[in-house]
Amino acid sequence: MNDATIRGAVYVLVASAGLVAPLLFPNFTIQLAFLWLMVLFALTWDILGGQMGYNSFGNILLFGLGCYVTAVLQRDTELGFYVSLAAGMGLSMIVAVAAAAILGPLILAMRGHYFAICTLGLGIAVADIFAGWDYVGAGSGIVPRLYPGEVADRNFFYYYILFALAVAAFVTLRVLYRSRFGLAINAIRDDEDKAEAMGIHTTRYKVAAWMVAAFFLGLAGGPVAGLVGFVDPRDLAFAGPTFGVWMVLMAILGGKGTLWGPVIGAVVFHITQEFFWTYFLGWQRVMLGLLIVLIVVFFPMGIMGWLREKRPRWFGEVVRGEAEAKAGERAA
Amino acid sequence: MSALLEVHNVSKAFGGVVANRDISLRVSRGRIVGLIGPNGSGKTTLFSSIVGYHPVDSGSITFEGREITSLRVPEIARLGLVRTFQQTRIYGKMNCIQNMQISVPQARATVGEMFSRFPPEVTDKAEALLDFVGLYSKRFLRAGDLSFGQQKLLEFAMALMNQPQMLLLDEPTAGINPTLINGLIERLQRANADLGITLLVIEHNMRVIMNLAEHIYCLAHGELLADGAPAELQKDQRVIDAYLGAH
Amino acid sequence: MDNIQVLLQAPVFNLQLLIDGLLIGAIFALAAYGMALVWGVMNVINIAQGEFVMLGGYVTIYLSLAGMHPLLTVPVAFVALFVLGWVLYRAVIFRVVDKDLFISILATFGLSILLQQLANEFFGADVRTAESGLDTVFLAGGTVTVAQIKLVAFATAIVLGFALMVFLKNSRLGQAIRATAQNARAARIQGIDTDRVYATTYALNAAICGAAGALVAMTWIIHPYLGLAYTVRSFMIVIVAGLGNLLGIIFSGAGLGMAEQYAGFVLGAEFQTAFLFSLLVLILVLRNLSLKRRRKYLK
Repeated sequence: MNDATIRGAVYVLVASAGLVAPLLFPNFTIQLAFLWLMVLFALTWDILGGQMGYNSFGNILLFGLGCYVTAVLQRDTELGFYVSLAAGMGLSMIVAVAAAAILGPLILAMRGHYFAICTLGLGIAVADIFAGWDYVGAGSGIVPRLYPGEVADRNFFYYYILFALAVAAFVTLRVLYRSRFGLAINAIRDDEDKAEAMGIHTTRYKVAAWMVAAFFLGLAGGPVAGLVGFVDPRDLAFAGPTFGVWMVLMAILGGKGTLWGPVIGAVVFHITQEFFWTYFLGWQRVMLGLLIVLIVVFFPMGIMGWLREKRPRWFGEVVRGEAEAKAGERAA
Repeated sequence: MSALLEVHNVSKAFGGVVANRDISLRVSRGRIVGLIGPNGSGKTTLFSSIVGYHPVDSGSITFEGREITSLRVPEIARLGLVRTFQQTRIYGKMNCIQNMQISVPQARATVGEMFSRFPPEVTDKAEALLDFVGLYSKRFLRAGDLSFGQQKLLEFAMALMNQPQMLLLDEPTAGINPTLINGLIERLQRANADLGITLLVIEHNMRVIMNLAEHIYCLAHGELLADGAPAELQKDQRVIDAYLGAH
Repeated sequence: MDNIQVLLQAPVFNLQLLIDGLLIGAIFALAAYGMALVWGVMNVINIAQGEFVMLGGYVTIYLSLAGMHPLLTVPVAFVALFVLGWVLYRAVIFRVVDKDLFISILATFGLSILLQQLANEFFGADVRTAESGLDTVFLAGGTVTVAQIKLVAFATAIVLGFALMVFLKNSRLGQAIRATAQNARAARIQGIDTDRVYATTYALNAAICGAAGALVAMTWIIHPYLGLAYTVRSFMIVIVAGLGNLLGIIFSGAGLGMAEQYAGFVLGAEFQTAFLFSLLVLILVLRNLSLKRRRKYLK
């Protein structure tokens, strides 16, 4: 069995599991839907954070825009449910991508910790602005269009949308990371000044990366709003202290800069989260703070990073000292 | 032969310290020109000024007849003027082949190009150049895991991959095992002769630069001290005094 | 925005805003000075800065509930937070001092969440304040009111700031701190225990924030979630004023305080924090743009 076969098997396994999970565990459909949302959050964060070296604390703003645009479109138009959802998601995606395209050149021009803190401020500022803006319901938020059917069917419906989005994100990134784009953003991460000195259009690639993240985050906003049933500016849409921080943590936990890292991190984190919620209700946020400190201090390489050190050959890497380079696959 | 690079009266100061004062030089197409001078004479600063790393205080720089003084680093690099770094900079977490692939000329960046895969010709060329510098067997190693000397060779190969018109090399033999220096010199000469790349080289190793360069500029204390053919400069008392016994 | 009309028609309201801004601004400047200290000496951007302020405030609140006069709680808060800072350094911070700045940001960010949520669990989410029992001063024929406690707090902040500056300049420890800030390796070679210096610096910063928090509890309000706002204020002031510039920090602090008062008045209280965070983004973007013209970027 060679690597391609193993890989194919894993994909089939995960895809099938995703397809049948809500049928096998209907009572957990909402939690499973959120699992795919977490996967999407972690994957989109990792484009900037892990692959490009730009640690964003403000990606949540793109998701929040998605929530609001879909909800507002549903509120203000007379279209049927499915049409309004599709149109809403489409418009959400456009608005989110546009936001990334406009803010990108300004914000991504900053490096390192300035970028991190600036995006943190941006996320909170947008949250506060939406929380005070009457057109979008201010602090009361918006109630999106209700699914025309039973609650169980509604959960299934949104579950499969989020599952599809997560899979689409994974597949898209797999292709992108193997293209010129993937190498360019890695080069920016490894040595941005060198990348510039070699003529790479760094600004263009940086903004493009954020736009890719915005694409998926924007699309996800509408379905999540529909699933939750209520767009709250601070607790759902622009939930910096929860989703915004979790994105970072999940990607680091799983191993930033890898394709599977964010996925694994999201799964581990989400399951741990649910566990804490069940047994330590009230202390979960305290645990979150502790978890961040522990992971950052003791386990910054994450699960994939740790595996890579223990078993470099699994990743197709060649270890120093081997006389002949194996015709191994490119690093995942 | 026409002048490919012309530096006119360029000055650059950092705070109160004048790093370059009124420096002029020209490099003709296809030549190998050396830039020497004791430590602190402003050589690397001059390189940084030429490639747009920082703005100059006064003076002008033209490349292929075109004014580049106010252009930025990526733009100048895309015009075909590429530099290597004294500390040797490569992309540490990527393997050698990837380092080479991303070093292709970046002239057009349409959306289609940005997201497309590298065609096999790019990989072939990358492997050929890695072979040229002797790193073919190490091509799947992470660049950060290479030795310093190997990284220097990789950086050089990456520069060649970029198909520059002119290369500014900042101390290409520093830190290299003396037994390997001849090999590097030979590769530089071949890059110049076969690929037509004009070279401007900062060097401390006198044996190397005197044999490699056709024309040499000597800086001292931020100013141009002397310039001429290697044989002349070796006998120039001002140059000897500037180094004062040091190499 | 009829509030702007009010300001234009009755200039004396401006005075109220400016005075309030100045008085609270001194407290902002104090916290900023501490952040600059840790940043300059250890190259750590302490995201938990605001949480130290918040905890200092709670020390005051609980002690004043127990009967202690609020002003006396300031030194207690100082000492209590010094101890906390020392403990946190020994437990967590020392592990991230030499690492990449993002690791230290994330680590202190985690600490900030931890402290904030612990405060929420133990103290409850209600907004609290500590009564000082002092009077109000009336200026400008009764249209401008200044709580005396605010004046006292202002004076205390200034005194603390200058005491700190004197300590850093003249004491042996202060000199060791400054030497380490300039060149840690050289300091170590000279025999300075840099680890001790780092611990002291971090603890001192926490203590300063604690004292600032005590003052905030008396003049304003305390709740578990005010930390991030103070962290952002400190960061902004340091960015604008620069790391070593005490006078600049005082002026920037005052400026920020006044700007916030105006924003609260003109935009409404619910947009005051939006203003603060938007200002952060604006300052960073403008700073970076101006550096870009010189082909540099914020480092």
